[in-house]
Amino acid sequence: MKPLPLTLILSGLALGASLPVLSQTQDQPDAGAETGEIAESGQREAFRTFEPSEQEQAYFAEAAKLTQQGGEAIYRAVCSGCHMPEGEGAVGAGMYPALADNEMLEFPEYPIYVIVHGQKAMPPLGGILDDQQVAEVTNYIRSNFGNDYVEGEEGIAATPEDVAGVRP
Amino acid sequence: MSMSRRSLLQMVGLAAGTTAMYQAMTTLGFAQESSYAGPIRLEGDPQGAKVLILGAGLAGMTAALEMRAAGYEVEIIEYREKAGGRCWTLRGGDSYTELGGATQEVRFAEGNYLNPGPWRIPHHHHAVLDYCKRLGVKLEPFIQKNHNAYLHRAEAFDGKPQRFREIATDYRGQISELLAKVTNQGALDEEVTEEDKQKLLDSLVEYGMLDENYRYVKSDHTSEYRGFEKWPGGGLNAAPEPSEPISLDRILQSELWTWLVEAETTHHQSTMFQPVGGMDMIARGFEREVGELITYNAKVVSMIQDENGVTVEYEDLANGGGMMTRTGDYCVCTIPFSILGQIEHNLSGDKTAVIDSMYYAGSVKFGLEFKRRFWEQDEHIYGGISYTDLPIALISYPSHDYLTDGPGVLLGGYAWGATAYQFNAMQPEERTKWAVEYGSRIHPQYTEEFDNGVSVTWHKVPWVLGCYGIWKDREADYEIAATRDNRIVLAGEHISYLPGWQEGAILSALDAIRRLHDHVTNSNAGETQ
Repeated sequence: MKPLPLTLILSGLALGASLPVLSQTQDQPDAGAETGEIAESGQREAFRTFEPSEQEQAYFAEAAKLTQQGGEAIYRAVCSGCHMPEGEGAVGAGMYPALADNEMLEFPEYPIYVIVHGQKAMPPLGGILDDQQVAEVTNYIRSNFGNDYVEGEEGIAATPEDVAGVRP
Repeated sequence: MSMSRRSLLQMVGLAAGTTAMYQAMTTLGFAQESSYAGPIRLEGDPQGAKVLILGAGLAGMTAALEMRAAGYEVEIIEYREKAGGRCWTLRGGDSYTELGGATQEVRFAEGNYLNPGPWRIPHHHHAVLDYCKRLGVKLEPFIQKNHNAYLHRAEAFDGKPQRFREIATDYRGQISELLAKVTNQGALDEEVTEEDKQKLLDSLVEYGMLDENYRYVKSDHTSEYRGFEKWPGGGLNAAPEPSEPISLDRILQSELWTWLVEAETTHHQSTMFQPVGGMDMIARGFEREVGELITYNAKVVSMIQDENGVTVEYEDLANGGGMMTRTGDYCVCTIPFSILGQIEHNLSGDKTAVIDSMYYAGSVKFGLEFKRRFWEQDEHIYGGISYTDLPIALISYPSHDYLTDGPGVLLGGYAWGATAYQFNAMQPEERTKWAVEYGSRIHPQYTEEFDNGVSVTWHKVPWVLGCYGIWKDREADYEIAATRDNRIVLAGEHISYLPGWQEGAILSALDAIRRLHDHVTNSNAGETQ
C-alpha cells in the first residue's frame, strides 16, 4: 500500500492554495446541517490540503471524547480499528476477536460491559463514549456482520439506561 | 491591568491545575529516579540451569545477556523476525504490515527515520545509558526544548503559531511585574518580611527582566530574551530594534502557557539523548551480543510449569506454523500482558487476574518526509518540538543532520487517547492525509514540500496490541505481578514505575533475574519468593 497518493494531495492543494493562509474569516464547510449526525463538527478551520467528507468532518471534535453519533459512525471511528471494518477481527502475536457471527453478542449485557470496562487487551471505552453512544454501537454490532439479535420477536435492544447501570 | 491578590492566586491555581491535568494526560508516568546502580552481579553457580526467555525486547535481551554471563544456558523465543520489540526504527526500504493487513513501504531517504516507540533517553536513565556504553551505541543530544519552535492553538493569535521564546519570556516578565506590583502595594506583607520583600523585588527585576520601575516593557533588555524586532548585526545599519511584548491578558487568553513547562519534568529536562541513526541501534547492540540465542518468528501459544521445569510451545511461523516445544528449568517471560493474557499458562490465579486486567494505551506517531528541511531553512528551527492543540499534538524536528540538503523527516504527530483511537480506525494513507493537513496549519510549506509518510498506531501493532501497559489498580496489583511464580518471573516496562520507558523494561528485567538467580542458587526445594 502506498502512502498518501500525491495526486490526492495535489488536487486538494489546488483548492487549498487559493485560500488565504490561516484565514479566520474563510467560510467554514457546512458541518452536516442536513443530516444532523455530525452537528458537533471537530473541524473549525478551513481545510488546506483536502476536502473532508461529512464523516470526516466529525473526527476529533473533542480531545478526550468521541462525538460521533449513531452506531455505524461510532463503530467506524473507534471499534473498527481493532475489530476491523467487517467485524472480522485480527490475529497477530495475540488477537482481536471477530464480532462477525459472534454468539457472545446475543444479549446486550456482555458487549456493554466489555465496552465500558474493557477486557484483557481491550481498553475501557466508557470514558470516551456516553451511555447513548455505547447503546447505539452495541446494537450496531449485534445487528450487523451476520448478527441478528436486535430486531424480531426475540430481539433485545440495548438502551442508555442499560449502559448507565454498568458504569462504576 | 489591575488584579486583586485573590484573583492572582486563583489565576495561578487555575494555571497549575490545568497544567497538572495536561501532564497527567500526556506524559508517561511520574518522574522516578532510576534505581540502577551499575552492572548487575549474579554470584553463585547456577550449575548449568537452562532458562527460557520469552520476548527479545530490551527486557528479554537484558535478561539473556546477564544470565548467560552468570553461567546459565539461555534460549530466547521471539515472535518477530528481528530483535528489539518496541525499541524500533523505521527507515527507507522497511516494510511494516499492521493488523488488518495494510502494509506501508517506507520510502524515506538514506539517513532519515521514524522511531515509532521510544525516541529519547533522559540523562538519569542510568541503566539504558550504561548498556549503550557497554554495547558501543553512539549517542547524540536529543533536543526537547527549542525556544525558536512554536506554540500553536487554532483559536489563539488568529491561528498563527507563536515562538516559544516570546510566549515564555513575556509570560515570565508579566507575572514578575504583577508580583512586584502587589508586593509594592503591601499585598504580601503578611507572607514576606520587610527584608525578604526587597530581596523578592530584586529577584523579580532579574528573573522577570523588569525595569527600574518594576515594569516589563519594550526595551533592548527584554528583547535580549524575547528576540528583537530587528536583530543586532555588524557594519552599517546594524543597530538592533527592540520588539513589542505581548500583553498578559493576550497570553492568558491564548492558553499557550499550557506547554511552557513541558520540558521541565525530570523526564524531559536537558540533557536528553538519542542513539545516532535511530533508537533500534540499542536493539542492534544487544542483538550483536545475544542474537545467536534467539529463535525468531516464533509465536508462543503456551507456557506451562511443573515441579520439573517449564515447557513452552510455539508456532514456527517461518516454516508453515508447525508446533515446536522448548523446555527449560526456568523462564523469564517478557511478553506484554495484552498478549500473555491470550496465551495458555498455569500461573497462579491472582497473577492471572492481574495479567487479564491490564490494557495497553492507544498512541499514534507519524513520520513525514519533506523534500527539504524548510523548518531549518525558512524558520531556523533546529530540533525540538512545536506544540499544538490540533489532533497531531506536536511536531518534532530531527535532532541530527542539521543544515543538510535533501529530504528531512519530521515527527508529524504524536497523539494519545480518543484522538489515537480515531487514527487507529483509519487506514495508513488516511492517517497521513490528516497529519499533513493539520501540520500545514502550522507550517504552510507542508503543502509544497510533503513527499511521503508512514504512521504507526500502537493498537494495530501485531506483537503488542498497544503502546504500554496500564494498571487497573497498580497499588494492589504490582507486587502480585512482580513476584516470582515458582519457576517463572515476569518482566518488562509494564512491571515498572517507568511505564513506556526503556529504563523501566531494563530495571524490571534486572530485578526479576536477580530474584530468580537468588532462588536458583540458594534453594533446592521449598518454593516461596
